[in-house]
Amino acid sequence: MPSLGADMEEGKLVEWLVKPGDEVAHGDVVAVVETQKGAIEIEIFEAGTVEKLLAEPGETLPVGAPLAHVRAPGEEAAEETEEAEISKQAAPPETPAGKPAPARSAPEKPVAKPAAPPPPRTGESPPPASPAARALAAKEGVGLDDITGSGPGGAILLSDVEACLAAPRGAQSAEDTPGARPEAGGKPAGIAGGGTPATGKPGLDMGAMRQAIAAAMSRSKREIPHYYLERTIDLQPATDWLAVQNEGRDPDARLLMGVLFLRATALAAAKVPEFNGHYEDGAFRPSEAVHAGLAVALRGGGLIAPAIRDAQALGLDAMMAAIRDVVARTRTGRLRNSEITQGTITVSSMGEGGADALYAVIYPPQVAIVGFGTPVRRAWVVDDALQPRTTVTVTLSADHRVSDGRRGARLLSEIERLLKEPETL
Amino acid sequence: MTDAEIRKAFLDELASVAPDIDPATVGDDDHLQDDLDLDSMDFLNLVAALHKRLGVSVPEADYPQIATPGHAVRYLADALD
Repeated sequence: MPSLGADMEEGKLVEWLVKPGDEVAHGDVVAVVETQKGAIEIEIFEAGTVEKLLAEPGETLPVGAPLAHVRAPGEEAAEETEEAEISKQAAPPETPAGKPAPARSAPEKPVAKPAAPPPPRTGESPPPASPAARALAAKEGVGLDDITGSGPGGAILLSDVEACLAAPRGAQSAEDTPGARPEAGGKPAGIAGGGTPATGKPGLDMGAMRQAIAAAMSRSKREIPHYYLERTIDLQPATDWLAVQNEGRDPDARLLMGVLFLRATALAAAKVPEFNGHYEDGAFRPSEAVHAGLAVALRGGGLIAPAIRDAQALGLDAMMAAIRDVVARTRTGRLRNSEITQGTITVSSMGEGGADALYAVIYPPQVAIVGFGTPVRRAWVVDDALQPRTTVTVTLSADHRVSDGRRGARLLSEIERLLKEPETL
Repeated sequence: MTDAEIRKAFLDELASVAPDIDPATVGDDDHLQDDLDLDSMDFLNLVAALHKRLGVSVPEADYPQIATPGHAVRYLADALD
């Protein structure tokens, strides 16, 4: 079970898209897993033959638990020690080959079943529990000793605390919260009958989505010393250029201003590298490619920021197509794990009818997020004369562990330069 | 095409662009972006769908004229004439 974000503890296997004997190649989608962010397609990063599926659809597994055995090409069948595990192969590919990423609470050896009875605990030390589980147990006044853990080594997971709380009081669970919207993104195709209503539905649960946002944003504000810059720029050249471009185009070939924003940010981030990459284990690792996360609001609430991969290499039309595709899949709940975890910088755009500026919260482990407010007509000085111009306020929230305001200003002025010369985008 | 047929076509396409919207609850004066929460991508997808279905390509400059279902039906009826 791959980690699809630092705050994910477990995921539910919804569907297998491969069966034993199937050949798989790097990047193939092999399974669908349901998380707080909706149904996510799991890609494999290793080629080989599917030897054995270890998890059943409907099963909830902790992060790090193996989902399947894959035999590498040329390898003998059923050689236990040489088995590749999807959960480890699905770690971000930047990880040096042969050294699996340290997934949180990942077991060293394949575990047969997450539901295996926990090993007997000895002594008076408190049982292992995840931070979220601890917090909920403390809040509800439940002792950790009274809860049976289903995680690796008998660790108590958030779901165990919830199950314990729900048990004596009957079938009350978070999913029954009034106002929670079961299938906000519409019915995802191909996930029929994947579980009972009480244990999780396909699609998006708004209560769970809010929890996921709360966890990621709390961690960001706890760990990342944010600093903020803003710059209001003349958007008239880009507005005029876009109008001329779109005039001669059929509707399905038209471009949106948001595409220019994303393109300009991706090019600027490629030029000012302190804002593009991941901060992990006390160090910043810049990324050569710009995988630009795009904050996509869901009608009815919630937000997901899937990444457009290699955004620095996409022209405007290709980027428009990529955005159209990823927005549609975000709303129907069919994103891939690489899109959820590999963003290197995020762009959040207010669109029309919003606020003048937004001061966004960085999505860890990234180190920067660029916000575009709603474009506004303002009185603006051009060549010493006052003119009505369309303008936009661009903000940067960045990680002070990695960069300072001076470099941040450089990123913003690069975005400004690009948007003033839209024909170069 | 009658106005009723155009209205149905418009609401069909609206519902396919934004599946969580129930066409039965949409009023003629509902603003697509302010009331129904369509963003610029949804709106463009709707314009593209109308182009495909009715053959009417709404230029960007005319977007304000299709901001509500009521206005849109009038605009599309004129364009189809």
